[in-house]
Amino acid sequence: MIKQISIFLENKSGRLVKVTKVLEDARINIRGLSIADTSDFGILRLIVDQPEKAVSTLKENGITATVTEVIAVEVPDRPGGLADILACLNDSGINIEYLYSFIDKPAHNAIIMMRVEKVADALQTLGKNNIPIVRGEKIYSY
Amino acid sequence: MWNRKYEEMDREKLQVLQFLRLKQTIERVYQLVPHYRKSFQSAGAEPGDIRSLADLQKLPFTVKDDLRDNFPYGLFTVDLNEVVRIHSSSGTTGIPTVVGYTRKDLETWAELMARTLTAGGATSESIVHIAYGYGLFTGGLGVHYGAEKIGATVVPISGGQTKRQVKMMKDLGTTLLACTPSYALFIAETIAEMDLRPSDLKLCSGVFGAEPWSEKMRQVIEEKLQIDAFDIYGLSEIIGPGVSYECTAKNGLHLSEDHFIPEIIDPSTGDVLPEGATGELVITTISKEALPMIRYRTRDITNLNSKPCACGRTHSRMTKISGRSDDMIIIRGVNVFPSQIESILLEMGGTEPHYQLVVERVGSLDTLQVLVEVSEQLFSDHIRGLESLENRIHIEIENMLGVSADVKLVEPKNIPRSEGKAQRVIDKRSL
Repeated sequence: MIKQISIFLENKSGRLVKVTKVLEDARINIRGLSIADTSDFGILRLIVDQPEKAVSTLKENGITATVTEVIAVEVPDRPGGLADILACLNDSGINIEYLYSFIDKPAHNAIIMMRVEKVADALQTLGKNNIPIVRGEKIYSY
Repeated sequence: MWNRKYEEMDREKLQVLQFLRLKQTIERVYQLVPHYRKSFQSAGAEPGDIRSLADLQKLPFTVKDDLRDNFPYGLFTVDLNEVVRIHSSSGTTGIPTVVGYTRKDLETWAELMARTLTAGGATSESIVHIAYGYGLFTGGLGVHYGAEKIGATVVPISGGQTKRQVKMMKDLGTTLLACTPSYALFIAETIAEMDLRPSDLKLCSGVFGAEPWSEKMRQVIEEKLQIDAFDIYGLSEIIGPGVSYECTAKNGLHLSEDHFIPEIIDPSTGDVLPEGATGELVITTISKEALPMIRYRTRDITNLNSKPCACGRTHSRMTKISGRSDDMIIIRGVNVFPSQIESILLEMGGTEPHYQLVVERVGSLDTLQVLVEVSEQLFSDHIRGLESLENRIHIEIENMLGVSADVKLVEPKNIPRSEGKAQRVIDKRSL
């Protein structure tokens, strides 16, 4: 499981700059990110090298941040690579709440971060289908 | 004038009448209401100490919390079978305050509203359109019984469906409109939207109250509706609308001193201020049966003037209400306390919420925006979760307060703190 940082952001200029600056000052490296937003607010989801330190630093700076556990899977770099994985989760009745791709150093396979409701079931299904799950340590410190 | 005998009563005679009625009221509450007996005693006062009107100052104040602490009937001085009507005002913490009326109280109230409406141009020939809400709110039924007492033709339309209201006024030849001043403006805009002109209606005047409004707003209403606009004042704890009202001089609201004794105090010290000074209005009722009030703090800021008025009435005039000594705001005629919003947020998040209410006037209607800081407890990692939070807060506010609010989630520490305490209300309305 990967510890992802979820951050509440108002949809106005300068907010993203502030968060990234706080992390820079704490010498925390951002490894991947995604943003979901509405017209008023957004949720910034970050993968960083030191998740615990990142959350405490953000909170100290008055930013609402929590840790959310997500699953990282390796996706074969070919057409249908992602479709196969999603199909087997779907067949097992596992809903994906959101997913986003992880920007990695040049490699053969892509990495996808996904948040599901039934985490244990998802891990079991992925394991049964021999879909490689990427461990946290590997993600934090590539 | 509806009642020359009392409205034009010589002030010296008036003060004798006030003193007699005050004595009776004080004896009555001291005998019959444990709360008053206790509070008088702890202030070291008893009925015998009241030997002049000025001695009223020796008695302690009554506040809204006293009504709440004695909910529902603890301050009543009559048996419930003598109570023929209950009204209620919005509560701050889920407990509303209720007020009761005997048959005689309802007659007094109708008398006061008859004076109010007559001062606002009503006669038995008038067709009176009452767009105040009917029900527990005192506005609708209060005006209603006064208009009937005059013998006017009453159209008890209540609030809402504004186009239908305009059509009814046009078809029925309505001459007098009674509603909140902001609703009067909304009606004026609706008339224009319907491609009608004020001259298509027979409206001559309007009595507007239940929320504070300015001289500037009077000008706008008078111009847009082509009527005379009069301010009326009241509060359910005292009796409802009819406590004070403007005459054609439009220079202050005559407070019916044969039924109420007004005082102006410094809201922070409680000291009584001399005539003319601006402060909080305190009212003692001297003719009410079911629920007399001794030195009730209205929280409304005004000043008093007992000099003779051009209209001939001798009762003191209070200036238009200029503000509140607490944090209550009035939105579309509904009383809103920040603490009500706070209790709703507490239930959602479980910890002390940070929030701010922003009130604005868009066109003629008041809007309420509620800014809520997203704490860790309120935060969800899903857009859906946050949107449903906004929605739940919106629904709760609407259910509890009857006001629709625009809920906006904001980042922590975004709402400025002053002296460790947040400023809960930003009122951007220029009334």
